Amino acid sequence: MFPLTLSNLSVRRRGKIVLGPIDLVIDQGGPTMVIGPNGSGKTTLLRVMHGIERISEGTAEWAQRDHANHAYVFQSPVVLRRTVAENLSYPLYLIKRPKPEINTAVEYWIERIGLGKVANRSATRLSGGERQKLAIARALIRDPEVLFLDEPCSNLDGQSTREIETLLLETAAAGTRIIMATHDMGQARRLAADVIFMKSGRIAETGLAPDVFDAAQTPDLQAFLKGDILE
Amino acid sequence: MNDITQGLLAALRLIVTFDAELWEISLRSLQVSLTAVIIASAVAMPFGAFLAVQRFKYRRLVISIMNALMGLPPVVVGLIFYILLSRSGPFGVFGLLFTPWAMIIVQIVIITPIIASISHQAMRELWAEYHDLLISLNTSKWQRIKTLIWDGRRNLLTAGLAGFGRAIGEVGAIMIVGGNIEHATRVLTTAIALETGKGDFALALGLGFVLIGLALFVNISIHWLSRTEREGRW
Repeated sequence: MFPLTLSNLSVRRRGKIVLGPIDLVIDQGGPTMVIGPNGSGKTTLLRVMHGIERISEGTAEWAQRDHANHAYVFQSPVVLRRTVAENLSYPLYLIKRPKPEINTAVEYWIERIGLGKVANRSATRLSGGERQKLAIARALIRDPEVLFLDEPCSNLDGQSTREIETLLLETAAAGTRIIMATHDMGQARRLAADVIFMKSGRIAETGLAPDVFDAAQTPDLQAFLKGDILE
Repeated sequence: MNDITQGLLAALRLIVTFDAELWEISLRSLQVSLTAVIIASAVAMPFGAFLAVQRFKYRRLVISIMNALMGLPPVVVGLIFYILLSRSGPFGVFGLLFTPWAMIIVQIVIITPIIASISHQAMRELWAEYHDLLISLNTSKWQRIKTLIWDGRRNLLTAGLAGFGRAIGEVGAIMIVGGNIEHATRVLTTAIALETGKGDFALALGLGFVLIGLALFVNISIHWLSRTEREGRW
């Protein structure tokens, strides 16, 4: 399905450009960290790549078009008003997988994220960290080729963040392409193979993680990495 | 106060003695109202969910009309359906006038907007919560509606019970199309109206208390069966 090619792409809201114009090619590899200050367009870029944001100009095209092979994890995890196990089975139920296959996948993932004891409890009663782990497992249960994550650890404690990062690294090692927005530079350094730096709705710099973090080219990225406030 | 005491005693007497007529009209009340609620819910709940997820040109107008129809005057509905179902009317050939089915039909017309409107409100809130997830999972319109209905079933239950409350207490429309015929179309509300007209306030009040008890019983039973207030799976 790779590469994903964004060509002269822009997104406007109420006449104002919030993203773009952008030209970008995403190929296999990663994990890719999308970094940048608040309001720089990280979320919009991920939504465009996943196909859930209306494009105003330009194109975003996968080499082979297959929306079902992407999954997306939102910053505030959305859990269905169902049990933990039913949340996990939902994406497979949508694509009409056989019941034994669904049960096997749910049992595997529920143990992998450590929620076996609450499998039959309402997911709405989970903590923030548990909800986010559930959301990631639900995204992964269809075995997507690409996983988009929008700041999945932004409101989580250290232990939950570590568990999620471990899960993501294992997922990447297993072959899933990870593209993730984060404003946590420590996390970006821990996870990134390559980096996209965004500012004011445009891609200001891209590169391999060591190059970007240790030899940033643009003054904006240098300032951002130093911890300065960018406007 | 004396009338109320006598009414309570009359209700108790009717219940304790297993009064045959009371059972008959109570069961008919339940049969008519529950049938109307089931049919109306089958239409109104998916319609409410559809309005929540689907954007179309005259959507706001449809919602406004649906909300306005909640205030439909039952007597007028009864009168219109009396004309439609009478022998000279367009549906007279079906012979439904003065039957329980005529009463069910008018109750469906009266409660469908109520159930649809409350369902739409509940589904709209749930859709706002689920929107991004369901879009990202590439769900079809029908899958979205089914998901909203299933996950919003507690709120839909409230919508159904609101419809039931309106239906079981309705008198004007069913009096007109049902005719309050003994052993055929008499229900609790029309019996209360009849006994009040005859001046037998104690019996009317007694029937009234039975009606209240019946409505409470159905509401509590449905809440209990659906485990709405318990720590549960959902």
